[in-house]
Formats: sequence, structure tokens, C-alpha cells
Amino acid sequence: MASAAQRRPTVLVVVSTAFLVLWLLAAAFPFLWTAWGSFKVELDFFSISNWTNALTGEATENTYRRPFTGAGYEGAWVQEEFWRAALNTAVVCFFVVCTSLTIGTLGGYALSRSNHNYVFWLLIAALIFRAMPPITLVSGYLPPFFQWNLWGYLPTAIIVLVAINQPFTLWMLHSFFQKIPKDLDESARVDGCTQFEAFRFVIIPVMWPGVITTGLFSFLLAYNDFAVTAMLLNENNRTMVPKIAAFLGTTYTEGNVMFAVAASVSAVIPLFLLVMVFQRQIVSGLTAGAVKG
Amino acid sequence: MKHRTFFWFFLPTGLAMLIFIAAPIVSVVMQSLFVPHEAVLVETENCGPFGCTTAVAVDQDATEQLRAEQPLGRFAGLEIYLDRGHLAFGEIAEAWLITTSLGEFFSELGDLPFYRALSFTLTYTFVVTPLLIALGFAIALAVNSLTQKIKGFVIFFSLLPMIVTPLVGSLILFWMIDSRGVLGTLIQYLADDQTLSLKASTSLMWCALIIYGIWSSAPFAFVVFYAGLQTVPQDTLESARIDGATRWQQVRYVVLPHLMPLVTFVALIQLMDNFRVFEPIVGFNASAHAQSLSWIIFNDLGGETRQLSAAATTSVLTIIGVAILLSPVLVRTWRDFKGKA
Repeated sequence: MASAAQRRPTVLVVVSTAFLVLWLLAAAFPFLWTAWGSFKVELDFFSISNWTNALTGEATENTYRRPFTGAGYEGAWVQEEFWRAALNTAVVCFFVVCTSLTIGTLGGYALSRSNHNYVFWLLIAALIFRAMPPITLVSGYLPPFFQWNLWGYLPTAIIVLVAINQPFTLWMLHSFFQKIPKDLDESARVDGCTQFEAFRFVIIPVMWPGVITTGLFSFLLAYNDFAVTAMLLNENNRTMVPKIAAFLGTTYTEGNVMFAVAASVSAVIPLFLLVMVFQRQIVSGLTAGAVKG
Repeated sequence: MKHRTFFWFFLPTGLAMLIFIAAPIVSVVMQSLFVPHEAVLVETENCGPFGCTTAVAVDQDATEQLRAEQPLGRFAGLEIYLDRGHLAFGEIAEAWLITTSLGEFFSELGDLPFYRALSFTLTYTFVVTPLLIALGFAIALAVNSLTQKIKGFVIFFSLLPMIVTPLVGSLILFWMIDSRGVLGTLIQYLADDQTLSLKASTSLMWCALIIYGIWSSAPFAFVVFYAGLQTVPQDTLESARIDGATRWQQVRYVVLPHLMPLVTFVALIQLMDNFRVFEPIVGFNASAHAQSLSWIIFNDLGGETRQLSAAATTSVLTIIGVAILLSPVLVRTWRDFKGKA
């Protein structure tokens, strides 16, 4: 590989490395800085007198006699009951991922195994729905939800998120199922299976890599959503992201920004672990639609 | 697959999309054409020994009856579309007549909420998209020349800005760029201006939002381009090298043309996604300086007075905007489909 003609000139290596270091700093430094600062008091986190205080924790030491404090976390999780929001997020994410994968695999499989004209139009409709900003749909949800007393509950938000998720799920799974050879389920059909049996016994065992990748993106959508959950859930059922937004409204006045900082760091940690474990799947999922198009 | 089998397989997902996406769109369009009934008022005259007084009261029965008869509300046609909060043609015509210079006219236009939001949304969309593509491409080229061992590590950290919740990501950046934060202090120091603050300056706020946009979306472009770089035909690169092409010429005339379909793909996806910019405005607490169409909808829907009609109208206008941005994608998909058939 490293022939003389291909070896990169030193200047290029230096510039390219410096650029990458700069980018990594931009990508990772904010998270590290905020995670470090979340164990300080507000005076240190915002370096009002001297920015090095954020590193050494001078004001924190004056208050707690230690350079680190869990006061922000305690305030958010115990006092403001952030655990309730975390629990709600867990429930919402679990059910959104399960439901949207169940109905999505059925639909995506059907789309990939049928070559009638309407398949194209269904995919186009899904593409249009995918492009729609979810917030534009919310004013359509509110009147019926209020009238039938559905507003504010977790199941309502879950169903809405599942539906908003479907267009993307269908496209991903459709292109994924197309890569599974048709001979597989056709031979099962020849052996006397119904279409559903062929799906159940032949396709399901081999579909997991694609389903896991799709599931990751469903999870991210449900976990990261702000517009829909903030509008459709009442105060007790709030998930983490609207809860953090609600912290901002009240805490900026009370001077408890550290609650919001601690809550934000807490919300990032699961995502951090997710990327660590599923990096390969996320990368392949992002490129799945692109490389073939 | 038979129509019947297809139908049963597709029913659950189709139903979900029909009820929770298609039906709400219809409902949003209807809401934008109707306004809620006002309460029916009756004037009653109370005559006592000291003369007569008239009192205005809400006629509950009549109001109920009116609402039951026309549950959609009073038909308003395009009235809401043309009011001051939306397209405001009347105000524009007036401003056109009154103002003497083009600059003055545009500043009048900037006072109208819809146009203010539209100008920010479009600026954001069309500044962020090309820049993030350029940054993503540069990162992809740089990462591609690394050794296998470091690659995984670099990709891991590069993914973070994209994966993290948009609201949380923008908050984390905001706390640093804020005039009390570490980057804000650094900027004040570099500019030698203690009063420099994000909250006080519209142009700084726009820059910060745009930087957030690039930061959070560049990883997507990076990952797509990086995958594309693995498929660049090595033969072509080698023959270019033998012909004496410099490194830059190899990128310009071999790699870039090969990645062009991916560039189009990323551009189209990102145009659609950037058009819905919303969370950073909440996270940066920027609504005094920058508003987007999504933010206006959110603002109308929230609070004590849920202005459904106003929100629905902005929603319809936003959907039209998305449709315009989407049309090239649709044309492309149609061509693909025709090509396959």
C-alpha cells in the first residue's frame, strides 16, 4: 500500500492531523467540559471571576469543602423528581421501538416482496410524510385529543411517535428486506407455507441485523423528540427532554441552572453508551440509504 | 405477493400513518380555514326604580347551539392566511407604497413575524447545508488516511454531536458560548470587548445558531462520505497518479465526481431537516433574535391561549415550503422507479 508515490508529504500529514484534532476537540470537548462542570457549583460552572475556577472548583471548595459536589444531580433527580421523567422516557422508548418494529417489519416486508404499482406510491407517500416536520401535525392532534380526553397520557404520545416513525422505518426495512434473496421465502412457499409462515419461519431468523439497525434509529427518534412530547404530555408524564426544557423556564430565575446541567449530562450518558456499543450499526444505517441511491 | 396478503401485511403500519399523519394534515388544513366561534353576546336591559342599565352577557345556550351546528367554527377562507401574523399582503402593499428605499421596505418586512421567521429559516437552511457538506467531506478525507486503529476512536467522537438530543446539544453549546461561559469569555478576551454578549446581538446569535447547525449535522455528511470513499475505484485513482495528477487533482477529478450522487443525497436530506430548525432556538434562548417557522408554530400552540388556527395556518405554509424543497427528491425517485420498470 505505502509505495513511494502514495506516501503523503509531511505538510499534508501535519495539516490533516491538526484539522482532525481540531474537529475532535469541537466534537468532544463540549461534552467533557459540561460533564466536568456538572459536579461544580454555578459560580464555577460559569467562570464568572476566572475561567480556571471551572477546572479547580474554587467556589465549590468554599461551599462544600471538596472540589466536587453532587448537588446538581441531587437537586435534579431527587428534589425535582427527574427520575420520574427518566422512567417515562424509558417506557416511551421501549414501547415505541417494539411497536414500530413490529408493524414496520410486516409493512416493509410486504413492500419489498410486492411489485405492484401501488408499492411505489406508498413509498412516495412515506417519503413525503418523512419530510413533514412533526410539529406541523401537532395542531391537528390537539382538538380530538382534548375532546376524547386522550391528551397528556403516555400511550397517546407513544402511538403518535410510532406513527411519525413509520415512514423512516418502512424505507429502511424495505431496502433491507430487498437485500434478502427472494428465493428464500419463495422456496418456503413452494414447500407449502403460507406467506405469513414463510415470513415467520424463514425471514424472521435472518432479519435481525437490519431490524436492530432500524430499531436504533427508532429509539433515537423517540428519545430525542422534543416538539411532540412537549406538546402532548402533561406535567406529570413528561419525558426527559421536555423536563429539561421546563427546568430552564423555572431555574433561570431561581439560579438553579446546575439542575438543568446535571439533567442534561444524565440524558447524554445513555446515548454515549449506545454509540459505544452500536457504532458499527449506526454507521451502516446512516449509509444504507445513501450508498445505494 | 397477492393483493390480499399485501393488504393484511401492510394494514397496521398503513393505518397508523393514515390516522396519525394523513388525517392530521387534513385537520390542519381545515383548521387553517376556520376560526372558532366567538361567544354569542346578548344585551339585556335592567330597568329599576333608578333608571335603566344595559349589561352585556354571554348567551350560553345560543353559543352552545352555534358550536353544535358548526363544529368546525366560522368559515374564514383565506382570512387567517392574509392576516398580519402570516402572509400579510395588505401590510406589504402598504409598506411598499410608504417606504422610499428598498432597505427601508425590507426592514418593514422584518417586523412581520412570518417574514422574520422565514428569513431566518431560509438563511439557516442555505448557509448551514453547504458548509456542513464541506466540513463533512474534509473530515472524511482526513479520517480515511488514518490507520485502522485510530479510525474507530475518531468515528466514535465524531458521531456524538449528531446522536445527542438536539435540545441538550444546543444547551451544552449555549452554556459555553454564553457571555459567562468559557468560550464566551474567550471571545470577549480575543475581541477585547467585555460587553460582547450573545444575548445582546442579533448577528452573533445567528452565527451561533448556524455554528450549532453545522456542528450537529456535519457528522452525518462525514459518515456518508466516508462510506463513499471506500468505494472509490482504485484503478482510476492509480491511472490518474500514473498520468501525474497531484493529490489535489486526484480529489478534484476522481474522488469528487465519484461522490457527487452522495453529495446530492446529503444536500437534499439536510435541506429538509434544516428547514425544520427549532430546538436550538429554544436551547439558545434565542427567540428575541431569531425565530423559525417551527418555533412560531410551537409558540402559538403553547401557553394558556392555544391559538390553533394561527398555528395550523403556519403549519400549512411550512408544509408548502417543505414540499417545494422536496420536489427534486420526488422527481429523482420517480426517475429511479421509471428506470427500474
